[in-house]
Amino acid sequence: MRPIRISLDGDPLTGSDGQTIAGLLLAAGLRSWRRAPSGAPRGVFCGIGVCFDCLVTVNGVRDVRACRSRARDGDVVTTQSRAEAP
Amino acid sequence: MTRHVVIVGAGPAGLAAATAAVRAGAQVTLLDAADQAGGQYHRMPLDTYETKRPRILERCDWWPGGAVWALERHDERRPPRVHVISGPDGGTRRRHVLEPDALVLAPGAHDRTLPFPGWELPGVFTAGAAQALAKGEGVAVGDRVLVAGSGPFLLPVAASLLAVGSHVTAVLEANPAATVLRGWTQSPWRLAAQAGKAAELAAYAALLARRRVPYRTGRAVIEARGDGRVEEAVTARLRADWSVVAGSERTTAVDALCVTHGFSPQLELPVAAGCALRDGFVLVDEDQATSSTGVYAAGEVTGIAGAPAARAEGVVAGWVAGGGSPARLRTVRRRRDEGRTFAVRLAAAHPIGRRWSGWLRPDTLVCRCEETDYGTLCRTADVSARAVRLATRAGLGPCQARICGPTLAELLDTNPHDRPIISPIRLGELANPPEEKESTP
Repeated sequence: MRPIRISLDGDPLTGSDGQTIAGLLLAAGLRSWRRAPSGAPRGVFCGIGVCFDCLVTVNGVRDVRACRSRARDGDVVTTQSRAEAP
Repeated sequence: MTRHVVIVGAGPAGLAAATAAVRAGAQVTLLDAADQAGGQYHRMPLDTYETKRPRILERCDWWPGGAVWALERHDERRPPRVHVISGPDGGTRRRHVLEPDALVLAPGAHDRTLPFPGWELPGVFTAGAAQALAKGEGVAVGDRVLVAGSGPFLLPVAASLLAVGSHVTAVLEANPAATVLRGWTQSPWRLAAQAGKAAELAAYAALLARRRVPYRTGRAVIEARGDGRVEEAVTARLRADWSVVAGSERTTAVDALCVTHGFSPQLELPVAAGCALRDGFVLVDEDQATSSTGVYAAGEVTGIAGAPAARAEGVVAGWVAGGGSPARLRTVRRRRDEGRTFAVRLAAAHPIGRRWSGWLRPDTLVCRCEETDYGTLCRTADVSARAVRLATRAGLGPCQARICGPTLAELLDTNPHDRPIISPIRLGELANPPEEKESTP
């Protein structure tokens, strides 16, 4: 598998071609990357596009399900939060 | 004129339907929201998929990444118009409108996980998530993983986790051994017909025994604990009605927890098409026809019975939808009926006990999206379901009650599947006119 590089909130991460963004983040050791309204951390729950817990912003497009999107080399991924700004 | 059959869902049922409809002489458009055919059952890494793509995809119009976001009932004598958005989410997606002569719905099911304290912690997954990540990408959700819930699906999930290097601490079936045995051993002569399925399960059981993974019945996860991620699971003995046996609690250190109590059929499309339901599944006749003109249903939406039954239903649905004569379906109908018997048996062996809510606490989240807790729901549940939703926002978050819907329905007595927008669509995409072309995007 061809290695690819993406960034998460500016930090570089490597994975391999064919991985979903969720798979790449989990394989990199992350467990959560989104905040619920209360500020509680969330990551993957259902893994098949049903629960919307794993939403991220990909290249400026908000609310992308990380478990349903293949990571592409150079993707700029940013985390999302539903919590009110402090 | 050639009949145009649109099939939604390319899992075992949809693929079988496509093959049968093509054989019946129809022109077939096959859609799936995923970019691979095969559904959750045949999920595999992308490079393996390149060499194992089902052959039928060459003989029909295959739209990977094609999500149906609305079904429009414009004429009672015809199947509904199918509004599709296709392409990778986050990339450029295009809209199309299809007007089929027959519509086959085979959207499948997803895990049903009952709420328990701490289930929102990162590191708590559905068993399906663990399976998808392991089978599809070779990713292990954790190093020390407990698999719990109910149903035979827990076994292949544990096997997938072992295959990607996780240590599986145990597999816990919530139902007591007596319930499981009674369900599986009723009229055993009928099980012979599903020998393939039984052998598959026996192979998983043997694998778990070989790898010394304990399989325990009558025990469930009743709480997940941890600071910002799951660190330990609390398990307890359950009675047959799933009430917790006080004093039987035990704590296990884990870094991932996979919990599934059964499956929820994805009923958004059948409901949008106007199909009647019975006992929470799509009502179909001998030919897999639903109550809605020109609309057929196959697979887990008609009953949770596994891949062999889904395939048989798909063959019947696709063949009849494609204009084939129902008289030629004797053998496959028998297989389909055996599959239905298997579904009844499965439901009897792995029911959800009615006292499960005993493990909830007032601060346990029921709606994960809006973080509505059980206590708040109980306080408002004596007014109307609509008032509960408006007051608590339960079921109104990003997942649109796909996860908490069955639980809310149980608590509030409402239909959890009625959604005008079936699959999320961006406003900018909605503003663009649909493309004319009725072929591969």
